[in-house]
Amino acid sequence: MTTDVAPLSAPLNIGFDYTRSLGPVLSRFMTALAQRQILGIKGSDGRVHVPPVEYDPVTAEPLTEFVEVGTEGTVLTWSWCPKPVEGQPIQQPFAWALIRLDGADAGLLHAVNVPSPSDIRTGMRVQVQWAEAPTGHIRDIAYFVPTDPGTSAAAPQAPPPPESKRDDEDRVTTIITPIQLAYDHTVSAEESRYLRALADGKLIGQRCAECGQVYIPPRGACPVDGVPTTTEVELPDTGIVTTFCIVNVPFLGQRITPPYVVAYVLLDGADIAFLHLVRGCDSADVRMGMRVRAVWRPKAEWQTSLSNIDYFTPTGERDAPIETFARHL
Amino acid sequence: MRNAAVVGFAQSPSVRSTQGTTNGVEMLVPVLSEIFAQTGLTKADIDFWCSGSSDYLAGRAFSFIAAVDAIGAFPPINESHVECDAAWAVYEAWIKILTGEADTALVYGFGKSSAGELRRVLSLQLDPYTVAPLWPDSISLAAMQARLGLESGRWTEDDMAAVAARSLADATSNPHAQRSGALTDNAPLIADPLHSYDVAPISDGAAALILTTEERARDLIERPAIISGIDHRIDSAVLGARDLTDSPSTRTAAAAAGARDIEIAELHAPFSHQELILREALELSDAVRINPSGGPLAGNPMFAGGLIRIGEAAKRVHSGDASRVLAHATSGPLLQQNLVAVMEAQS
Ligand SMILES: [Zn+2]
Repeated sequence: MTTDVAPLSAPLNIGFDYTRSLGPVLSRFMTALAQRQILGIKGSDGRVHVPPVEYDPVTAEPLTEFVEVGTEGTVLTWSWCPKPVEGQPIQQPFAWALIRLDGADAGLLHAVNVPSPSDIRTGMRVQVQWAEAPTGHIRDIAYFVPTDPGTSAAAPQAPPPPESKRDDEDRVTTIITPIQLAYDHTVSAEESRYLRALADGKLIGQRCAECGQVYIPPRGACPVDGVPTTTEVELPDTGIVTTFCIVNVPFLGQRITPPYVVAYVLLDGADIAFLHLVRGCDSADVRMGMRVRAVWRPKAEWQTSLSNIDYFTPTGERDAPIETFARHL
Repeated sequence: MRNAAVVGFAQSPSVRSTQGTTNGVEMLVPVLSEIFAQTGLTKADIDFWCSGSSDYLAGRAFSFIAAVDAIGAFPPINESHVECDAAWAVYEAWIKILTGEADTALVYGFGKSSAGELRRVLSLQLDPYTVAPLWPDSISLAAMQARLGLESGRWTEDDMAAVAARSLADATSNPHAQRSGALTDNAPLIADPLHSYDVAPISDGAAALILTTEERARDLIERPAIISGIDHRIDSAVLGARDLTDSPSTRTAAAAAGARDIEIAELHAPFSHQELILREALELSDAVRINPSGGPLAGNPMFAGGLIRIGEAAKRVHSGDASRVLAHATSGPLLQQNLVAVMEAQS
C-alpha cells in the first residue's frame, strides 16, 4: 500500500541554447544592432514597426521597406519589476516599458534602468544604453536610461548571449539564445515507494487491483484501467531479455564505450519490461529470451535509483520460449 | 448539421501546490472517476479523448503522454492533445462530434504550475527573436497593459479592485476555489500598478468535461448545455502593433459564436483589468452575471482555467440557473488568443 510519506522530489534544471536562423528581415535588424543602429520596417498603413516585423500585423503582406529610427524615444506605458527573474536584462529592481523610438509608430518592449517607480512615468524620454560588446542580438540594447541624466547608475545585467553567427559578408544570420529553466520535479507516491525500496536493495512492483498486472516501476495509474496501482509486490532480480539492441554509435553524454547491449528486461513475476544494460558476455551472444540476473553495485553506493543495479548478466539457464513473453513485445 | 452538448463537468480543487507529478495523473484520476459517476458513462462509451497541457510547465518533452495512463489508454483509444488551454481541446472535440466522427468525447486539462517559476516560464510564449530573449514575465506585461487602460481613462484602480472583490466574494461558495473572502486592505503592489488581488494565483489543478451529440445528451441529463456557437480567434503576436486595451479577437469570436442575450458569463481573465477589456469586447450589459464561480482570480490552473470556464457556465444550464450562457477562454500573453462558446438549454 502507498503511505502518506511525502513523495521524493529533486531539482530539475534544464537548459538548451536555441539557435535560430533569422531570415532576411530580422537578419538586417540584428546586423544593424551589432553596429549600434536600430532599424524599423514600414507597414502597409505607413506605420513603422520596431523591431521590424516580417509580415504586416494587419494585412499579412510581406514587408521590405526598412527605416532607420532614433536611439531615443518616449515611454508609452511601463510597469515596475521589483523581483527580476533570471535572464531579464537588469538584475535589480527596474521598469519594463513599451518605448516608441523617434521615427517609429509602434512600441518596442525593453527594460529601463531607473532606481524606483517614482523615477519613471509615461511620456518620459529615454535613450538606448548599448551593450559593451554587441553580438548581433536584441540584448545588444543592454537597456534604456532616462535622457535626463543623473538618476541611473550602471545596472547589473544577465550574462550576455553567445555571439550570433554571420555569413561571409558579415551579416548576422543566426542568433543563439540560451534558455534555462528550473523545476522541482516530483515523482508519484507509487514511484517514491519503488525508489526508496531500491535504496534498500529491493525491487518493488505494484499490482493493479482491476486487471492484476504487475508494473515495475509502479504507475500512478494502470494504463488499462486508469486506476492507481496500490498492492505492493516484491520482485526477484532475475528475469529475461525480451528484446535488445547493440549500441555501436558514440554520442554526447555516453557513459560506456560502444559496443554494448541495451535490453528490455522482464523480471520474473512482472508484466512490464524496463530498459537496462546486459554485460558479462559477448554482445553477439545476447538473445531474446535469455535468462539474466542483476549485478548490484557495492552497497555503499546505493541511492534511490535503478542505477544501484550496475547491469544484468546471463545466468546460464535455458532460454525462455518466445510464447512466454511474446505479449510483452 | 447535428449539435453537441456538454453533459458533465468535474474539477479538482485549485491549490497553490500539489505533491503530485507534473503529468497530472494524481489530479486527473479522481476527476475522471467523478465525471463518470456523474454521467453514468464509462471509459468504453468515449469515442474521442482530447487534452490540453504544456510541456513547459512540466519541463519535459511529451509530458502529456504520461497523463494518458489516467484515462486508461489500453486497448488503444482515439486521442489528441493541444499545447494550449483545454478549452481549445473542447473545440477539437466539438468538431469531431459535428462531423460525425465521434458521438461522445471527453476533454481534460491539467497543469502543475507550481513545479517551475510560472511568470518566467510563460515568457517563452513570446516572439522568440526579439521579445522572449529579454524574459519579460507575464505579470510585468499585464501590468503595462493595466497602466495603458488606467492612464487612457478606460478604467480606474477602483474598477479593477471591484472585479477582484466580486470574484473573491463569489468564490466563497465555490468549494474548488483557491482564494476567497474579502479584499485585504493595503494589499501589496506586486508589479506597479497591479496589486496582489489583481493577479490570478498560481494554481495547480485539473478538470474534465464530457460532450455528446444533442440526441445522446437528452438521454443522459435533463438540461444539456447545447453549444449553439463556438469560435476562436487570435490577435497579432506583435505586442507593439496591438491596442492592448482592447481585444478585437474576442469581439470577432463572440460575433461568430452568436453571443447575444447572455444571462451568465464565465470569463477567463487572469488579471482584473482583463475582465474589463473582455466585458467591453463581448458587449455584456450590467445585467449579465459574470463569473459566479469566482473566476480565475479565485483559482487559475494553467491549461485547465479556460476549460473550467466552459464547465462552470455549462453547470448553470444543467442546474436551471440560466438558459443561455457564455464561456470565454484565453491562451497566450495578454489575451492574445480567445475562444468564445455560447451554450443554451434548447436549440
Ligand atoms: Zn489494470
